[in-house]
Parts: sequence; structure tokens; C-alpha cells
Amino acid sequence: MRSRDLFTAVMLFAIYSLLSAALFAVLDAGDVALTEAAVGAGISTILMLAVLALVPRKEAEAPRPNWPALTVVILTGAVLIYATLDFPEFGNPDNPVQTHVGPYYVQETYNDMGIPNMVAAVLASYRSIDTMGEGFVILTAGLAVYALLGTRRRKPRIAPKKSRSGSLEKKAADR
Amino acid sequence: MRNNGILRVVARFLIPLIMLFALYIQFHGEYSPGGGFQAGVVFAAAWILFALIYGLDSALDVIPERAMYVLMLVGVLIYCAVGIAGVVLGGHFLDYRPLLDNPQYAQQFGIVTVELGIGITVATVTMLFFTMFVQRKADSDALEEHD
Repeated sequence: MRSRDLFTAVMLFAIYSLLSAALFAVLDAGDVALTEAAVGAGISTILMLAVLALVPRKEAEAPRPNWPALTVVILTGAVLIYATLDFPEFGNPDNPVQTHVGPYYVQETYNDMGIPNMVAAVLASYRSIDTMGEGFVILTAGLAVYALLGTRRRKPRIAPKKSRSGSLEKKAADR
Repeated sequence: MRNNGILRVVARFLIPLIMLFALYIQFHGEYSPGGGFQAGVVFAAAWILFALIYGLDSALDVIPERAMYVLMLVGVLIYCAVGIAGVVLGGHFLDYRPLLDNPQYAQQFGIVTVELGIGITVATVTMLFFTMFVQRKADSDALEEHD
């Protein structure tokens, strides 16, 4: 599927996110499905539309394919696919993921905390320093957007004349 | 969009429900799917819907930009404060057990509090993103009109 219309691309991305959320819901991963639906399909789409209001609607046409970039992408993809061959068997109960701390969380969450949602227990208690890091990531993202867009471009105080010097003055005032 | 009656009526009906649902997944997150992250985003979505229908200025009257800067820091500070409280009361950083006598209640208290902190930060940062982009658009439009 290929589109140069960025609005179409954003909408397809939102649909893709919503389908992923449905997939997670089918897999009984309620927390992940909720996150994907709220963040992936909801807020990301709105923010991308907000960006689209600032940029042209069509993607710029590339004159010819970028061969070095294409080579890098294909090589990386091939390496990643090769790496998946070493994965443990899907769903095998002896996999490291099932034998490390997972059983402890499954068996002891209720005794430790008295709450049934193991995801909340892992995120907010067993692995709470990770979640604190996530909070700081969000805060940093907010600060970064503020640093990039927060400096309001004031309107020039003197009404600019319809002349070259006027627009120059305005550009100076913008900075 | 503001003069579309259907949108206004539906939004007026939906916005309180979305906010209520956000609070539900915030404070019921230990029992059902949810947590601070999702709740913050859903709450911000309700506010953004309000801003889309009634205009950004009315939305900023409800939650001013200055409040967002303060609250996004308050959120992570709540999280850190819970962590440090555990240290002060004789445990490790982000150890909830010293907070209350009953270890289970202490864990629940800790989880709810840090999730609240995450929820506040995520909600306000998301609102701030939206505000920043919309104001940027308004500014560049205003500048174009000057030319």
C-alpha cells in the first residue's frame, strides 16, 4: 500500500493501530489493547493531524530511489529475520520468558498486593523504577516540544509596510 | 466545525463520559485493564475533543497552559515523592511496604499513588502537545495574513 497523500497515510496508520488493538484484545492482553487504542489510534492520530495542518499535504516526490538507504534497510531486515531463527519455540513452557520471574509474578501478586491485575502490579510495583523512567520520558518529550514550538512568534509591534523593508523588519521581530 | 449542531450535541454528551471513563481506568487499574498511562491519554482526548468543538481558547480557560507546565512536573514529583517516602520510612527507593502497616494495603496505596502521578503527567503533556501545535498553526496563519 503506497500513498503520497499524507492524510491518507495518517488515516491508514490509525486503522492499523485500531486493528492491532483488536488483535491484542483477542489475545487477552487488555492493558496493551487499551494502550494501543488510546495512544496509537487516538492521540497519535490527532497529533499527526495537528502536524499535517502545518506541513503540505502531499509527500515530496523523490527524483529516484535512494539506493544506499534501500540497501541498508534490506540488509537490516535480512539480519533481523536471520536473528529470529534463533528464537525459542513459540509458546514453549520452557522458554526463558516463562521460567525467569514470570511464575513468581503470576503466583505471588495476589499474596503480595491483594490485587488481581498482574500488569498493574508489575508496572507500578515490581518494576516501578522502569515506570518512573517512562514518566520522565514523557516529561522530557513535553519539554522538547515546548523547546521547539513554545517560543511564540509574536506579531510585529509596528504594522509592517507592504514593502521589502517591512517584511525584513517582521522577520527580525520574529526571531 | 463549531456550528455543526450534531457535533456539539454529541460532544456535550460524550465529553463527561470520556472523562468519567478516564477516571475509571485510572483508579480501577489494579482490578481491570488500565492504569495511569491510558487514563491520562483518554482524559487528554476528552479535553482535545472539547478544544476541537468549542475552540482552543475556551479549552485553555478550563486548563490554562501554565497549569499544564506545573502539573506535568507535579505528576513525576508525586512519583518521586512516593519513592523517597519509602526511603525515609526505612525501605528501599520505591519500596511501598514501609508506607502503611498492612503490606498489601501499602502496596495498593503505592500503586494507586504512582499511577496517579503518571496519569497527571501523561494527560498534561498530551494536552501541551496539542496546544503547542495548534498555537503554532495559529501563529503562522496570523503571520501569513500580515504579508
